[in-house]
Amino acid sequence: MNGSQIVIDALKQEGIDTLFGYPGGVVIPLFDALFKEKELNVILNRHEQASVHAADGYARSTGKVGVALVTSGPGSTNAITGIATAKLDSVPIVVISGQVKNGFIGTDGFQEVDMSGMTRTISKHNYLVNDIADLPKIMKDAFYIARTGRPGPVSIDIPVDVLTAELKNYKYPEEVRLPGYKPTIEGNSKQIKKLAETIQKAEKPLFYTGGGIVAAGAEKELLAVVEKTNIPFVTTLMGLGTSDADHPLFLGMPGMHGRYAANHAMMQCDLLIAVGARFDDRVTGDLSRFATKATIAHIDIDPAEIGKNIQTEIPVVGDAKHVLKELGKTLKARPANGWCKAVTSWRDESPLTYSQKPGEALAPQYVIEKLSELSKDNAIIVTDVGQHQMFSALYYKHKGPRCFISSGGLGTMGFGLPAAMGAVLANPKRQVIAICGDGGFQMNIQELATCAINNIPVKALVINNQYLGMVRQWQELFWDKKYSKVCLKQTPNCPPECKGPNAKCPELYLPDFVKVAEANGVKGLRASTPDELIAMLKEGLAYKGPVVMECIVRQEENVYPMVPGGKPIDEMILGPEKEKA
Amino acid sequence: MKTKHTIRLKVVNTVGVMARITGLISQRGYNIDSIMSTPTEIPDIYSVHLVLTETEDKIEQISKQLNKLIDVVKVTDISHDKNYIVREFIMVKISTAKNRPDLLQLIGLFRAKVLDLASNYVVVSMTGSPRKIQRFIEAVQPFGIQELDRSGEFAVLDV
Repeated sequence: MNGSQIVIDALKQEGIDTLFGYPGGVVIPLFDALFKEKELNVILNRHEQASVHAADGYARSTGKVGVALVTSGPGSTNAITGIATAKLDSVPIVVISGQVKNGFIGTDGFQEVDMSGMTRTISKHNYLVNDIADLPKIMKDAFYIARTGRPGPVSIDIPVDVLTAELKNYKYPEEVRLPGYKPTIEGNSKQIKKLAETIQKAEKPLFYTGGGIVAAGAEKELLAVVEKTNIPFVTTLMGLGTSDADHPLFLGMPGMHGRYAANHAMMQCDLLIAVGARFDDRVTGDLSRFATKATIAHIDIDPAEIGKNIQTEIPVVGDAKHVLKELGKTLKARPANGWCKAVTSWRDESPLTYSQKPGEALAPQYVIEKLSELSKDNAIIVTDVGQHQMFSALYYKHKGPRCFISSGGLGTMGFGLPAAMGAVLANPKRQVIAICGDGGFQMNIQELATCAINNIPVKALVINNQYLGMVRQWQELFWDKKYSKVCLKQTPNCPPECKGPNAKCPELYLPDFVKVAEANGVKGLRASTPDELIAMLKEGLAYKGPVVMECIVRQEENVYPMVPGGKPIDEMILGPEKEKA
Repeated sequence: MKTKHTIRLKVVNTVGVMARITGLISQRGYNIDSIMSTPTEIPDIYSVHLVLTETEDKIEQISKQLNKLIDVVKVTDISHDKNYIVREFIMVKISTAKNRPDLLQLIGLFRAKVLDLASNYVVVSMTGSPRKIQRFIEAVQPFGIQELDRSGEFAVLDV
């Protein structure tokens, strides 16, 4: 077998059924081997960044490893953003890139870049395959590393001469032998016992859970623990869907755009038990003033996360599912105490607020609420990055694990549409909705054609406020309302000192998303009022193929609650509706 | 408080393993005092000695991050405040123009080894603790150091 055939055999051995890719000079041998391939569905994206995001969406929606295939040079550099996105959110993907032939490496050959150098700090691990003899083991190791322990992206760079070289006696390895890689799965029983004793004694305990719960599939174990002990919990953006949105002990998402009860509970608890969460700055705000009264316990499969940002009194290294199961056995049941009642009442007394009157311009919050009502129960929501992402996190009623997919750590605009494509291909029977802003949607808008041609029925909901809304919000609140280069309608004739929409604004908005959709063979719909919205959502969600549903929303709506950067998370701006009340 | 540490790594000798180690340290914003990589008694396994001056919690974080590298098999942090034996090897070329007898006497006192003696310079080598090495360099400085090469420090835990 030659190198290309070995790669394809390895993918099948790993249970891969779908690839996302883009050909180029040095990967022609690989695509040649795929030419008559029936077991693998190869999706030709229109940009390599989209291929990697699609593999990422495939992986996030299933927990299986997603695979992207790109060429050398620009194909590889285009893949970089996708790899970094997967790294920051611990998503298992394998990205296979072509490379110039071995003898040319280092000569600045045509379409040569140092892919292993570029991916070193943005992948979990990476390989440059110098010798065909190493290829089987590298393929095996790469998939193992991507999906085990704390998952992450693995890059495999394969020179073209390795793809064409023959290997006699090829056999795919059955076992993995990596002396330097042994993830800790079982938590130390002494530490778990110590944690259980500390929980038993705590008066104001709080669970702070993140993406690690989803990666470990530990939702049931977590709910068993919190329900047995009546300890309230908060869930980060990456963990949304861990429980139903209206679970009685769930306080919502904490952080910069967190819920009032979640943030205040974080700040006032006496024991904070983090599980698969990493004390990110968007969650903690000012670290020096974060949860100062709390003993910190931290359960994580990655020991390097423990103590990275905050001093931890009770570290437990291990897989969340295993540790929570053991913890659940050790803990004694306890009734809801005064603390539990207090924090849940804060939640009940501080609902999210916005205003929407009939016939009035659409509020983005209203759009998300209506989508939440009209979408199917097992729908997968994929977002892009910006205001709509936070509205989706806050206003959508998340209904289960792996149903909310979002670029959290890297905050990659352009992620939504291609990631949703990947989610559709992994879950062909489920409704998949990409919620995007008008800015981010344009960053991978070329994938509409991929959706139409391959009949990938992504339901794209474009929240169009004609602004790069999140940056505009910061400029409004903290930069004296100087809207510098955030208006997507701005022309050279606009006054440079523009401070927001006014009577003289140009009417024309480019592109016309409905026309773009239609030009790509995708159904295009538009709504500007609440009545139009309901009709559009009903039509769009029922439509069989891919569809773009554009919502023209209020231009200057802000995401609240909000904690200004660098402030402690209980110094919250709750928004105009709250202040009126 | 920042103190000196030697982080001793056992690594699988793959292409780019040193780049991974140094890249990780610079990526996280730390600075390396010295680094040395040598073969061990096991084929394919190399020993890397990294010397860093950092606070305890940062050293702990660096050690954990290094441990995450797939090619790193073992990480041992040896704090220079605790029980350790640390040695460094130097080679130095010193001018003999000023006062050759005094210089040779100094070399003898420090038990440094004369490798070559030319008409106007002497080449010596010496192995010692960082303190002894420092003292020797200070002592021969006035004679005129023409070239100085240091191995970097390496350490073993002495318990």
